[in-house]
Amino acid sequence: MPAADLSADHLFDLYRRMKTIRVFEDTCVAAHKAGEIPGYIHSSAGQEAVPVGVCAVLTREDRITSTHRGHGHGLAKGADLERMMLELYGRVGGLCGGKGGSMHVADFSVGMLGANGIVAGGIPIAVGAAQGLRLFGSQAVVACFFGDGAVNRGPFMEGLNWAAVYGLPVLFVCEDNTFSAFTHSSTTTAGPGPLARAQACGVAGERVDGNDVIAVRAAAERLVGEMRAGGGPRFLWCRTYRFSGHVSIDPATYRKQEDLDAALKRDPLLVTRGQLGDAAAADAIDAEVEAEIARVQDIARKAPYPPRAEAFDDVQDIGSPAVEAAR
Amino acid sequence: MSNVITMGEVAARTLADEMRRDPTIWVLGEDVQAGGIFAQYKGLFQEFGAARVVNTPIAESTIMGAGLGAALVGTRPVIEMRIADFVMPAIDELVNQIAKVRYMFGGQARASVVVRVPHGLHPGSAAQHSQVIESWFVNVPGLVVAAPSTALDLAGLLRTALRCDDPVVFFEPKAMFKNVADMLGDWPAIPFGKAERRREGKDVTIVSWAQAMPAAIEAAAALSADGVEADLLDLRTLWPWDSEAVLASAARTGRALVVQEGVGASGFGAEVAVTIAEHSAARVRRLASPRIPVPFAPTLEDVCFIRPGMIVAAAKEMVAG
Ligand SMILES: Cc1ncc(C[n+]2csc(CCOP(=O)(O)OP(=O)(O)O)c2C)c(N)n1
Repeated sequence: MPAADLSADHLFDLYRRMKTIRVFEDTCVAAHKAGEIPGYIHSSAGQEAVPVGVCAVLTREDRITSTHRGHGHGLAKGADLERMMLELYGRVGGLCGGKGGSMHVADFSVGMLGANGIVAGGIPIAVGAAQGLRLFGSQAVVACFFGDGAVNRGPFMEGLNWAAVYGLPVLFVCEDNTFSAFTHSSTTTAGPGPLARAQACGVAGERVDGNDVIAVRAAAERLVGEMRAGGGPRFLWCRTYRFSGHVSIDPATYRKQEDLDAALKRDPLLVTRGQLGDAAAADAIDAEVEAEIARVQDIARKAPYPPRAEAFDDVQDIGSPAVEAAR
Repeated sequence: MSNVITMGEVAARTLADEMRRDPTIWVLGEDVQAGGIFAQYKGLFQEFGAARVVNTPIAESTIMGAGLGAALVGTRPVIEMRIADFVMPAIDELVNQIAKVRYMFGGQARASVVVRVPHGLHPGSAAQHSQVIESWFVNVPGLVVAAPSTALDLAGLLRTALRCDDPVVFFEPKAMFKNVADMLGDWPAIPFGKAERRREGKDVTIVSWAQAMPAAIEAAAALSADGVEADLLDLRTLWPWDSEAVLASAARTGRALVVQEGVGASGFGAEVAVTIAEHSAARVRRLASPRIPVPFAPTLEDVCFIRPGMIVAAAKEMVAG
């Protein structure tokens, strides 16, 4: 895909978004290992081209659903960087007020309907979001990100069938990073791959190099264009590779070093840098991104934890739990 | 000679023992060939191979349902659910199918499965990875529910589960898998429905189980230092449960404090409390988590945990009152 198809400004912008996700992930993994961030971190390092390429063709009105590896999806859709960092740190001002953490980052103000702790959990939600939007007469579409492991759960087939039956504008984006937790997905997935499953439901789509942001963007542009023209659901199968372990503390001993080495050579950031053809400009972006993430991390480190009483907020309206002040 | 190992290793070695004894036992679940996420299957793939340690797709409903199918033709599947939160996609297979087949088919069928469910509050794990749900399954006729709190109990109850013909939902305290203990001797089978007395006392009965036990043990020691002697019972299984031991203790002390991790409303602690109230003159109190989803931030999450100080305070109030 010649870079000439996109304006240089746009390509720099895509690179900046990808770099932001990478530095965010690496920073959070380090902070988790240092004991600053509780819980777990599922890093999406190595997969940045997928959400950035797809979200580049979405409007603010469009919605996305996400996974346990959802920081990149949120940032690509425009979620607030500082508030996401605060959320991972579990501090006041976080996207979810500290209730969710890494696995549940969400920013409804930009159409990011939530990361999800349940594999394939986002798929039926995406389908229903599209159905709901249609009820309002909205032209918005929904992109649904999920991993290659999710395609073996029932909700995947149920969601595909549903979207096809009702002709809903859902872009199913399979972010195929080769692994399902500690298992090579090829050992637990039958057939020629997720796209064939979609096609069996009459959902057309494409397979794309998920490390090439220009290619991802171009494919998403075609598919979303067809969806906006009333074509119903589409499927985008992105082949990529997870650079880190499943979670930050996973040394990933189950994978071959030569596979990782080969994947690192196809680092989506390097690929994009090559397409930019302006190392000095890319270096300048890198420096700006690193400074920005250092700034928000500093804010998160200094922010207070939410007061205990907030644990009792937002459970439900009717029959809401009393704040047990004494505890 | 000592034998200091983790609870995960105890679980794996116990299962290996049982698999050597009974060739119909096999395991199915995600990542079990890698040893499971708590090392509770470590070494089993190497010893028993891919036919008996089956790495499954991420497909909980079929993991559970296939386990039932395999039981109906005479094998004994160990169904691994990874963590309690992932039982939810398989609830239909567990509750509508596994729990029902024997009764519904007039005794023709048995669902001899062990459903292994690591559970409990786990720091930083939030609303979808930290749920405590063993109480739900006590409400389902047909199921046995175990919830050990020590490595020795886990081993002994797992043996019993693998040797019994009923379906057993086997909850394992996930925060304790890395705890080490000196596991000398052998680890014999432990019958279901027998509580274990962790401390003997005359002033107040404390009843607990699973991940609330360490706090209860610490609290009982602190109470003792202050002159209050707690009779501390670890239920170990919730169905059947040792109401006899609980009632005998409550009759002696005249006070019973039920301590459970997880939401109190409709929780198993309520069953224990009402049983005591119905059958003894003892005063009853319950400590449990509030009815909120588990939040992420440490300051918020803290309200879900039962801390030793809370148990001490409640017990002292009961003794004073
Ligand atoms: C229903 C359910 N089962 C199991 C898990 C545990 N789990 C979390 S991520 C994961 C692997 C998912 O693989 P994939 O969908 O390929 O996404 P990736 O982690 O590669 O991004 C598993 C098994 C879960 N979160 N939800």
